[in-house]
Amino acid sequence: MVEILPPAIILLVGAGLIALTRGYLRDAVVLLAPLATIWAVWQIPDGVTLTMSFIGYQIEPIEGSAVRRLFALIFSMMAFVGGIYALRQATRLELSAAFAYAAGAIGVAFAGDLITLFIFWEVMAIFSTVILWCGGTDSSARAGMRYATMHVLGGVILMLGIAGTAVQTGSIDIRAMRAEDFSTWMILIGLLINAAAPPVSAWLADAYPEATPTGTVFLSAFTTKTSVLALILLFPGEPILIGIGIYMIFYGIVYALLENDARRILAYSIVNQVGFMVCAIGIGTELALNGAAAHAFAHIVYKALLFMSAGVVLYRTGKRKCTDLGGLFRTMPLSCICGIVGALSISSFPLTSGFTTKTLISEAVIFEGLAVIYFLLAAASAGVFLHAGIKFPWFVFFQKDSGLRPKDAPWNMALAMLLFAGLCILLGVYPQPLYALLPYPLEYDSYVPGKVVFYLQLLLFSGLAFFLLLPAMRRTLTITLDFDWFWRIGFIRLSNKILGISAQGGKILSRGVDFFLGVFRGWLERLLGLNGVFARSWPIGATAIWSAVLLSTYVMIYYI
Amino acid sequence: MAISDKPNHWLVRPRTIRRLWIVFGMVLVLTVVLQQIAPVKGYFGVDGWFGFGALFGFFACLAMVLIAKVLGWFLKRGERFYDG
Repeated sequence: MVEILPPAIILLVGAGLIALTRGYLRDAVVLLAPLATIWAVWQIPDGVTLTMSFIGYQIEPIEGSAVRRLFALIFSMMAFVGGIYALRQATRLELSAAFAYAAGAIGVAFAGDLITLFIFWEVMAIFSTVILWCGGTDSSARAGMRYATMHVLGGVILMLGIAGTAVQTGSIDIRAMRAEDFSTWMILIGLLINAAAPPVSAWLADAYPEATPTGTVFLSAFTTKTSVLALILLFPGEPILIGIGIYMIFYGIVYALLENDARRILAYSIVNQVGFMVCAIGIGTELALNGAAAHAFAHIVYKALLFMSAGVVLYRTGKRKCTDLGGLFRTMPLSCICGIVGALSISSFPLTSGFTTKTLISEAVIFEGLAVIYFLLAAASAGVFLHAGIKFPWFVFFQKDSGLRPKDAPWNMALAMLLFAGLCILLGVYPQPLYALLPYPLEYDSYVPGKVVFYLQLLLFSGLAFFLLLPAMRRTLTITLDFDWFWRIGFIRLSNKILGISAQGGKILSRGVDFFLGVFRGWLERLLGLNGVFARSWPIGATAIWSAVLLSTYVMIYYI
Repeated sequence: MAISDKPNHWLVRPRTIRRLWIVFGMVLVLTVVLQQIAPVKGYFGVDGWFGFGALFGFFACLAMVLIAKVLGWFLKRGERFYDG
């Protein structure tokens, strides 16, 4: 008997209704379905509340815990505010797919076993690809195909690990594990592919900017953050994650610095921010996991806000390259201010949500005495301000006068931005409600005067570095090569080469066969042909001799 | 609208920009001086030094921009690289 309405199902039904309804009725569904989902998330108690039987395994579609509710809460809040943002601009298909995608993320958040996790994981992969294809351009179609391929591959690897674990241990429970054998490694790799970990980080910045202004807002929120949650549940304290996280942090910064596409800059900074979370999960202490969860929560809000701001610019101007933009603050003050709030938050500026959540991770690093990691994270914090905090608003809204005078955001987009900008500041000023939702009890005050001074120095002087180094950061009409070169060009060339070689080999082989067939045929013709040995007429004498020879041979053999 | 459409928005006038730089400079100095009043706790020794955050932030950014620049020489390609 189902006593609780599964939140993911509510949102999935909402997604279906969006596809079927029109006008105000559809608007009502867009607004009410996420609210109902938030309510349902709130009702999920700790522990397993729903079990079913599936291919001989007991599956647990709903298991509650503090961290699961926290992620499901922010996923449904994202669906709500994203729905407002996309209310008038997104197509029915896109909005419906976005809600189904969010439902997949919520399903993963409450999955009590690996099979349920996998099913919702694939729901997310399918509907996020649909969102990408809603971009409607050639490049979004191609990027969608690359994205789908990557996620199907990730899904297969994950399935391999799940099946292996199920066979080896007889259990499909979601519990903390270590990557120590083939199956657990496959699970870890499957999860990390969705987190945009190396060497496949490129899928994220390749795909997300190709979606519509509204589509990217949804895409930015779910895939990588469900992966963060799955890592928190399955691999807390896995040491390799620290190194992977650090790589992602600096990869994001360097590639964002080289990038010209405003939305791709933000996409790279997702990898950067998820790197902080992955690193914290690798540390794995209660404080670090609190930090990862809190940072994921805050990150979804400010990253969506940044993509909303960039989305309004794209929606109004049709442009997304820094070289084409600039000076938009004149006519888009609201988008500009909301973009700046998002940018300050991602840079963990005091009084924003980034400060009250990211410093938790630094605190965890200090507690563990990891000096090198601490200084790398501090450098990365400065780098975030450099590559996203100033670079994004500066190149889009200030920089030079591009001559563009677009209108500011439509009312619904403006409302969505104001809601999330308000939340960024609220969580920065008063983070206690968020702290209360974290998986472990937390006594923490981020506003120690010395710490605030340290971060202000760090950030403001990186601001100085930005303006002094501006000539070195002139935008160019370029893209930057990444590991995706291998699957966009390298592997294709390699497979062509292999096909070429095998075709060549085939030719040589068939020539060889032809040659031997020719020899055999000549021999047969000599023997059996019209003028062959057996077809010729022989004199009686010769025949008699041959008969005598055969007969005597036969007799001799018989005698022996 | 009418005001913001003027070619010389007050925010981009050279005088404003000069003033902004002066204010920014003063804020920078202030954040370093503030360390005297609100001492930064050094968890690993050097991070408690006077002005460490400022220098570290500045030089970390310098290093990252330079690394990005050098990588850019090798990795940057024309926008239509993958289209051809």
